Amino acid sequence: MKKQRKAVALISGGLDSMLAAKTIMEQGIHVEGINFFTGFCVEGHTHAIREKDKARPNRNNALWVAEQLGIKLHIVDVIEEYKKVLINPKHGYGAHMNPCLDCKIFMVNKAKQWIVENDFDFIITGEVIGQRPMSQTKSKMPIVAKQSGADDLLLRPMCAKNLPATLPEIEGWVDREKLHDITGRSRKPQFEMAKRMGIDDYSQPAGGCCFLTDKYYSAKLVDLWQSQGSKEYELDDIMLLKVGRHIRPKANFKLIIAREEGEGRFLQGYKKDFISMHCSSHTGPLALIDGTISAEDLYFAASIVARYGQGRNAEQVDINVIDKDGSERTIQVKPLKEEEIHKEWHV
Amino acid sequence: MIKETLNARRLLCPLPVIRTQDKVKQLNVGDQLEVICTDPGVMQDIPAWCRINGHTVLETKSGNYEYIVTLEVGA
Ligand code: SF4
Repeated sequence: MKKQRKAVALISGGLDSMLAAKTIMEQGIHVEGINFFTGFCVEGHTHAIREKDKARPNRNNALWVAEQLGIKLHIVDVIEEYKKVLINPKHGYGAHMNPCLDCKIFMVNKAKQWIVENDFDFIITGEVIGQRPMSQTKSKMPIVAKQSGADDLLLRPMCAKNLPATLPEIEGWVDREKLHDITGRSRKPQFEMAKRMGIDDYSQPAGGCCFLTDKYYSAKLVDLWQSQGSKEYELDDIMLLKVGRHIRPKANFKLIIAREEGEGRFLQGYKKDFISMHCSSHTGPLALIDGTISAEDLYFAASIVARYGQGRNAEQVDINVIDKDGSERTIQVKPLKEEEIHKEWHV
Repeated sequence: MIKETLNARRLLCPLPVIRTQDKVKQLNVGDQLEVICTDPGVMQDIPAWCRINGHTVLETKSGNYEYIVTLEVGA
């Protein structure tokens, strides 16, 4: 009896990986999905925190794609291991802090380990030649295959016909003729393929699915690294970069000010880790202070926080300051005027 | 049959799903797991994860900014 071949598909939650998986499933291969959580994935996070995003479907796209395809999905926490990829990418960063090529190599390598451990035969990705300037050029494709150690076990069904045959094609596990030859940035071929396959609902995240490709997020990450003098980070650090208004009025501290109730609730969870403050005489947001702060700076910080509350035009407001140990005090400050909040303070 | 509780408070999706997935690996068919979270996203994500992996959601409830999903481990 012919052996049932098995492939693991890297599922990002986008259309291309969905189509790639479907293409292989249609050839009778057993496919399961794998999704890596680096800590920078856009999934859910800010959607869950911010009220304004509540209207968007609050779903995890990778899970949703797996459900549409009817396949299992393995979500793997790679937060710790990913640090070395981001902190020191051998192939450098893309337009922002996205180390896409190293990231791809890392993920395919993890998938290679996974297929060995789980007795699967090969790996598929939704990569398309020329779609992304950094990691998906024709010259980069062999780099990912080679440096990840996946070699010819890595099959890209969306553009396989433009690439050398891989083991699944050579061995006849899949029919190369039924694979695709998509290149370039146009999404039209994918839309047509989706239509043909009866897929009419898919996510097309405007800003991609990774915070590292976001200009503003990347700026906050660089600021974090500069302020602490090293590229280290913990999960909480990178989560907090996704939340609130970040204002650095002086090199030694930064304020994280909630922009709405949902963010305020989220920041509440960090009151044991940071000095926090909020206006007690008027309605106002919760703010965390990240850094070491002198008594004088505390007043300065409070006058900035006051600017973002209902008392912004008052002569004086009360600001409640809570230390990490829970001890509280109230200080009186005059809110800064709009023009006194320097543009360059905004991280 | 055992019933366990997983504290996934303060974690944002997909971490509660990942923790659930890892915990379920240690359980047996028919065991129950109650996952307590603060990210409302779990009300969609954990049931979706259960559906694709063959587990059954017994109950979802929320209150006081907590979201609790109870599931039974499938085959
Ligand atoms: S966009 Fe983010 S997740 Fe995707 S390859 Fe680049 S760094 Fe990795």
